[in-house]
Amino acid sequence: MIDFEFHSPSSLDDALEMLERYGGDARLMAGGTALVLQMKQRFAQPAHIIGLRPLAQTGGLSAVQETDAAEPYVEETDADETPKSIRIGALCTLRRLEDHPLLRARIPLLADAVRRVATRRIRSMATIGGGLVNGDPSQDPPPALIALGASVELTSPSGTRICPVEQLFIDYYETDVRPNEALTAVLVPVPPADTRGAYLKFLPRTADDYATVSTAALVPRNPNNTCRDVRIVLGAAGATPIRARAAEDLLRGQELTDDAIRAAAATVPDAVDPLDDFRGSSDYKRQMAAVFTRRALTQALGYNKGTATP
Amino acid sequence: MVKLKINGTEREAQAPAQRLLLDFLRYDLGLTGAKEGCGVGVCGACTVLVDGELFASCLTLAAAIEGAEVTTIEGIADQGRLHPVQQAFIDHGGFQCGICTPGQIIAAKALLDFNPQPTEDEIKQWMMGNLCRCTGYYGIINSVAAAARNTRNNAPRQPTDD
Ligand SMILES: Cc1cc2nc3c(=O)[nH]c(=O)nc-3n(C[C@H](O)[C@H](O)[C@H](O)COP(=O)(O)OP(=O)(O)OC[C@H]3O[C@@H](n4cnc5c(N)ncnc54)[C@H](O)[C@@H]3O)c2cc1C
Ligand code: FES
Ligand code: FES
Repeated sequence: MIDFEFHSPSSLDDALEMLERYGGDARLMAGGTALVLQMKQRFAQPAHIIGLRPLAQTGGLSAVQETDAAEPYVEETDADETPKSIRIGALCTLRRLEDHPLLRARIPLLADAVRRVATRRIRSMATIGGGLVNGDPSQDPPPALIALGASVELTSPSGTRICPVEQLFIDYYETDVRPNEALTAVLVPVPPADTRGAYLKFLPRTADDYATVSTAALVPRNPNNTCRDVRIVLGAAGATPIRARAAEDLLRGQELTDDAIRAAAATVPDAVDPLDDFRGSSDYKRQMAAVFTRRALTQALGYNKGTATP
Repeated sequence: MVKLKINGTEREAQAPAQRLLLDFLRYDLGLTGAKEGCGVGVCGACTVLVDGELFASCLTLAAAIEGAEVTTIEGIADQGRLHPVQQAFIDHGGFQCGICTPGQIIAAKALLDFNPQPTEDEIKQWMMGNLCRCTGYYGIINSVAAAARNTRNNAPRQPTDD
């Protein structure tokens, strides 16, 4: 690691002011699991590090709270139900999220995806905000957050803007977060109670590995088993998490039969663009992305519960 | 200057900003229990507790946790009486060469603090991040299960949260 100056801000404003002052030479550090590793490997060589850990106790930067949502997750949500969101402070660790009773009860898909990240030790350090700004398309929480229609709150000295997680990622390790911005919260709409979801991670090597491919599927259930909406998002399948829109379009309005699910999954290999690497060839991953899409939809709909492979 | 509370005692030492917690413990304070295995967060040999949470000290800047309470393998025995997890590792063959053992024991202690009666599956899930090159996993799992039996009287800790 090259030498750098370490700063401990006393407030968010203080941190933002430091970011402004040191410009492109500075980086925020939350859990440090990605940044310290990148510094050890000399992929990142910031001259100034602004440590956010002291701010985790203050100002809701790590709180998990239910709030009224700006918009409902699905338009036809019953009018008598006020749509809710869960607001997660950016510094909340993945460990706290996986154990959080509110998240487990209200948005189990996200709790499940978070629990699939690495090991308990890494989840005890890593924050939800740090993972998003890191922008690695192999990470587990982003596909689930995109399926759920989540947004992030980005704060700079000139104010706050909201960016859908779906628009946050630009390329490998590149996001829409500007150099003078901090990610301050993740806003996750609570899906209607009859929504089913599944996050499946293909792990042929070890249980604590990054995904070879992964799929998040979210299906608001209809009494007559037709599909009013569906979200399918692939991880580790391209430069950013990828929404399988062709598959979604084939399913919307249709009866969710096994054949319909197979036909939808068959569009996935053309929707993704995975890298050749030691986890498999690009072509292999394309095929597995389709397999895991089918399994995720099947599991979300609750068929073959006993046989679906996690 | 880095200031931390280590195993209940305030410690401070002059250290540059890039000092990792692992190196601070080993070289500045002489606490050589935590080991460097992989240096990239995967193996668990460097595991310590920071404010009660499992941490990879190889990925932690000492300066970034200023003021925190750190617990290492050197700090879990009670006035010379081994911690129940330490005793169980001795009684049930929980180690061979011993390199991974400080990390295994800290991880197991954190598990039992959180969930005093884990199932075998819960033990495996939790301990997944602590690798053992001597492949002593059966011994490790048996040791953790035995420690859980021996500390059965402890009240369960519920996940606390807002
Ligand atoms: C051994 C290991 C295994 C892993 N396995 C997995 C896995 O299986 N699945 C998975 O999903 N991920 C995995 N990860 C990646 C892990 O999820 C990320 O490293 C972690 O989420 C990053 O969070 P952090 O708080 O540690 O971020 P940091 O390392 O602190 O920061 C990451 C980046 O975000 C910036 N940043 C941090 N916080 C903010 C903020 N609030 N506002 C603006 N910028 C910010 C930093 O400047 C830096 O560029 C693994 C990591 C390790 C080390
Ligand atoms: S040395 Fe820290 S996890 Fe391997
Ligand atoms: S006892 Fe030798 S590595 Fe685990």
